[in-house]
This record gives sequence, structure tokens and C-alpha cells, in this order.
Amino acid sequence: MSTAVVTVNKGVFRGFNLRQKTLLIIGFTSLLLLAIVISSVEFGDESLHTNFGSKNLNPSPEHPFGTDWMGRDMFIRTLKGLGSSIMIGAFASTISTILAIILGLLSSTGKIADSFIAWLVDLFLSIPHLLLIILISIGFGGGATGVIIGVALTHWTGLTRVVRAEIKQLKTQEYIHISRNLGKSKWWIATKHIFPHLIPQIFLGTILMFPHAILHEASATFLGFGLSPHEPAIGIILSESMKYLSAGYWWLAFFPGLSLLIVVLAFDMIGENLGKLIDPKNAHE
Amino acid sequence: MCLKCENISFGYKKNNLILNNVNLSLGSGEVLGLIGDSGSGKSTLCKILAGYENNYQGNVSIDGKAIPSKGYNPVQLVFQHPEKAVNPKWKMKDILNEGHIVPQDILDSFGIKKSWFNRWPNELSGGELQRFALARALSPETKFLIADEITTMVDAITQAQIWNIVLDIVKELNIGVLVVSHEKKLISKLCHDVVYLDDINTV
Repeated sequence: MSTAVVTVNKGVFRGFNLRQKTLLIIGFTSLLLLAIVISSVEFGDESLHTNFGSKNLNPSPEHPFGTDWMGRDMFIRTLKGLGSSIMIGAFASTISTILAIILGLLSSTGKIADSFIAWLVDLFLSIPHLLLIILISIGFGGGATGVIIGVALTHWTGLTRVVRAEIKQLKTQEYIHISRNLGKSKWWIATKHIFPHLIPQIFLGTILMFPHAILHEASATFLGFGLSPHEPAIGIILSESMKYLSAGYWWLAFFPGLSLLIVVLAFDMIGENLGKLIDPKNAHE
Repeated sequence: MCLKCENISFGYKKNNLILNNVNLSLGSGEVLGLIGDSGSGKSTLCKILAGYENNYQGNVSIDGKAIPSKGYNPVQLVFQHPEKAVNPKWKMKDILNEGHIVPQDILDSFGIKKSWFNRWPNELSGGELQRFALARALSPETKFLIADEITTMVDAITQAQIWNIVLDIVKELNIGVLVVSHEKKLISKLCHDVVYLDDINTV
């Protein structure tokens, strides 16, 4: 693809080929996200102690994100909030992926199972995401468990559809028929022929599920249905800072919101660039 | 051994039969040609014979016994498009040995090189892939080979090469071959006997 080559050798990453560039982007963004998670765990709760002598400070070298009305450093609060958001997102998308794989595989076993799962997907898609998360979260008693279960139970639909469609398409391939004619069992065909085609889809689907899970967790928390107020969470920070926006304390909402955006975009970039590497449709470019 | 199909009727739609009361028989070691116009149901008949299509009326049998649906099928079908007949995620050596370990002499006669074994299917040409597909299908357990336009995508020289090899192996293993093609000249060169699908269809 000559056009691709022309565009690749421009800009910051001049001198790298597309593959190196893609790997670099994946490496940097993964490092950033890992750094956020690790530092959020490293900073103990004592770093969030209240200090009324330094409340509502503007952003400064000492407090890059400013301080809030209780004198807590917003940078550390944001870090801890992002860390917990990422971990909740990771946990919820893992559960969602497992659900999606199980349901996708089930749908290939028979016509009744298939139409039941298609119906289930449509059912879940027909209810607004956030509403369902809030309902499930309340149903499971709210708090961190409620949000995790709520997010996990609502994000499997897209991946289930992909897995189901992929299996359907693969089953009509000639090499599957040939394998059957060569005397291979159904299980053998499923594991050796079909599963290798599903791995990239599942892997990518999980990573692209991350930003959704994080945003939905944050919005459920923002609306007050998620994590409890004493836990550091981006949703809590944002909803609390809303009260102080009119007082001119813009940094309380601006920096945490921007960081959330960056984290979500970082995940999206990882997903897209990994897709370039492992998606069979464009892995050879 | 004799592969027989009796009174085969098949239609993708209920009121539009493609095959109507087709009868055919193929003995071991026999090379039978099958000619028909486009859309006359040649490939469909092939799929029915090899057990790919099960929704037909009539009877396919070997020596009067139904072909078992599990285990190695003694009727092997090789397609027109070899690139569709291989899993793009498999290395060539896995594709080749999926059914049985293909012996060295067959590899040699097909001209399959060891250096191709670690390649992916998209790194080989159609003719090379078709050799792999044929070598894979011609195991000692195979009793009948259905060749559905297997050399349509290669040039005349390669066509002759491939058919010479196939006919040699088939003679050695006493396999019956059904040669499906548009080309009457090719069929008249290869086959002992020729069947026209239009004829058997209307009878």
C-alpha cells in the first residue's frame, strides 16, 4: 500500500515503520496506564489526609492539580481514582468477556440456543446501558460490588455478537467441511480450526470494552449509584467538584476530567493499534 | 468397490429442483468424466456424493452400504478454489498432514518441496496449494476422489502435470475418480467414460 507508506514517514515517528510505530504507541500507552495503577496503589491513604491550612489552592508546582475544600491534593486523589477505575474496568471487562465467550459458543450448539441468545442480546441492547447498570448495581446492594457486577453484566453483548457471527461464518468454510470429511471430531475442529480465529477478536474486544466499562463506572458513580463517597473515584471527584464550580474552583473538575479522558483514549489507542497487528483483515499491512 | 447414487433429487428451494432423479455409479480404479453447463448442478452433485450436503432425496452408497457420517470419509472431494480449502491460520505442514502423514514419494511426485512446509497458505500460489489439497485427500483410506474442476485455475502445462500425477497415484491406490470439468477435451483425454449431467438429469 503505497499511500500508507507515504503517510507513515511523517511527523514525530519519522524513521520508524508502521509496525515499529504501532508497537511504540502500544508500549507507551500501556506504560502510562500501568504507572497510574501502580502509583495509585503505592500512595497510601495518609497522602490524602485533610489539611485545612492549604484548602482550595490553585494548581502550582507543589500541587499540580490544586487542592480541594479539605486541603487534599487533587493530583493524588485523581491518580487513586483513575487506578480504581482501571481496576474495576479490568475486572468487569474480564467477566464480560468470559460471559461473551460462553454465550457465543453456546449459540453455535443449536438453533434453539442460538435464537435464545440472539434474543437475550437484543433484550440487553434495548435497555439503555446506564439505566441497566444502575438497576443491577442497586439490585446487588450498591457500592463497589454493585458497580462491578452492573458493568460486567451489561458489556458482553457486543462481543457475543462478534463471536457468534464469527463462528457462524467459520462453520461454512470449506476447510471445516474437509476436516470433517478427514474424520476429525467436532471438538477437534472447534479447538484446532475455529478457536484460533476467535482469539484476536476476543482479545481486541476485551481491550476495546475497557474504555466503555471505565466511563460507565464513572458515570454511575457520578450519579451517586456507584462507589461510596469516601472511596477515591473519578465519578465521586467530579460530582463533588460540581458544587464548587460556580465558586470558580475550575481545577477540581478540569484535571480529573481531562485525566479520565486521557486514560480512556489511551485504552482506545492500545486497542486500535493492537488491532492493526493482530486483526487478520489488516495484520499483513 | 462401487460408489453409487440412485434417484438423487435436490433443490436449494423446494419448488426449484437442480438435480432431478440423478443416477450415477463409479467403480474402483475407474476414471469417469462429468460434464455439464454452468448451473446444471455439477458441484451440488459432488457435495452430495462427498457428504457435504445432507438435505437430498435419494440414496448414496458404497457397495450397497450407506457412507458413515463420522470418521474418515472414503469419498474425498477436492475443490476448484484451493485457497478456500486451507485454514489461513495453519502452516502448510499442518494442513498437509491433517488427515494422514503424507508419504515422501507422494510429496516427490507432486513436487511439494520441504521448504514450503513452514509457510502460510497465502505465501503459496493456487497451483501449489492445489497440490497440497490433493496430497491431503489421497490417503490409503480414500476409495473415491471427486475432483470438482481442480485444475481450472492453472495453466495448461501445470494442468497436464497435476493430472498425470493424480492419475498415477489413483492407479496405484485403486481409487475411483469423478472428473468434473467444463473442458470436453480434457475429459476425453483423461477419462474412460463420460457422463453429461443434462442427460442424466432429464432422464
